[in-house]
Amino acid sequence: MKAMKEKKNEGSRAKLLCQLFLSFAKIGVMTFGGGLAMLPMLERELVENKKWVKTEEILDYYAVGQCTPGIIAVNTATFVGYKQSKVLGAIFSTAGVVFPSVVIIAAIAAVLSNFADIPAVQHAFAGIRIAVCALITVAVIKLAKSNVKNLVQILIAVAAFVVIAVFGASPVVVVIGSAVAGLVLGKFGLIGKKKEGEKK
Amino acid sequence: MSALMTLLTLCFEFFKTGLLAVGGGLATLPFLSEMADKYPTWFTHEQLADMVAVSESTPGPIGVNMATYVGFRVMSAHGAVWSVPGAILATVSLVLPSLIIIVAVAKMMNKYIENKFVQWAFGGLRPAVTGLIAAAGWSVVELTLLDLTDFNIMRFWEAINIPAVIIFAVVLFFAMFKKTKKLHPIVFIGACAVLGVVLKL
Repeated sequence: MKAMKEKKNEGSRAKLLCQLFLSFAKIGVMTFGGGLAMLPMLERELVENKKWVKTEEILDYYAVGQCTPGIIAVNTATFVGYKQSKVLGAIFSTAGVVFPSVVIIAAIAAVLSNFADIPAVQHAFAGIRIAVCALITVAVIKLAKSNVKNLVQILIAVAAFVVIAVFGASPVVVVIGSAVAGLVLGKFGLIGKKKEGEKK
Repeated sequence: MSALMTLLTLCFEFFKTGLLAVGGGLATLPFLSEMADKYPTWFTHEQLADMVAVSESTPGPIGVNMATYVGFRVMSAHGAVWSVPGAILATVSLVLPSLIIIVAVAKMMNKYIENKFVQWAFGGLRPAVTGLIAAAGWSVVELTLLDLTDFNIMRFWEAINIPAVIIFAVVLFFAMFKKTKKLHPIVFIGACAVLGVVLKL
């Protein structure tokens, strides 16, 4: 009896793992851009379709994604997967969320490399790079609006920019340095009093 | 570098990126920008900008798309058979730190998020990341909108690529303007591609 029950549990776990993979693959396909763009997809799939989690929990998961290193979309998938089915759940969910990217980008990269030398394609990409400049500028403005509000934050952001753009330092130095600076400033009550920059 | 060495270096670089990139969207861009400086044979800053465009106009999180693209491109230099393994391994290396960290802290996640040291560290990280992405953006601006070779401060206007700056200003306006800012980035990318071909930029 016990053996049969265990076998049944294993079967339902395999099914759950497949569902996690498929659900996150679906979320991966529907997410354009990542970050906050993922939230509505996550809610529709996990709360409405699968009923795995409650709406309130989604925002918690999202907070987790923002307070851990790495891509937010990946972190959220990993955490939801872990909550559903431990380490294997985390692995299947993560694999699911990146699977569409790997397939689609590999296909596009293979095709584009054949056309890269055509003059028209080169002109098109020269135009596209201008759009990229504008899109990055917009992203920076949005980030600055939510994360760079007071004098201390302005100083940190400007220092990070100067260290990279003027002195050519590695971003590794800036990431570690700013985390340490955050700890020191926090100790003196200058930063992170009330979950700064986390307002939705 | 042999194919295998390149693959290992690629995995190491993306593991580092996954470990240290904080935030969503373009958070990995500063690290890719550094790779372009460190390994000139991998890809140029121009090609990186093209990869950003492709990653923004295709489904999937941008950071993941860019890792896949870079992995594919870097390894395809060693022959077509290497390109797909390169794409997969770069992506796996990027997500591996997330997987390890999340699994490690999952049990005490609420305590972790509310921990004051975590709050402080991220309080320092968030504004810094804004500066980091701005710096990576600057390197794209430098090669697209400006031409700083033979830069002469007395004739600084000659360094400005005027048609590009005009298009940039127009796109920026529409991307920020209330009624059009919800438009998908692919609209702006597509429009600029057409302009690029028509104006032979």
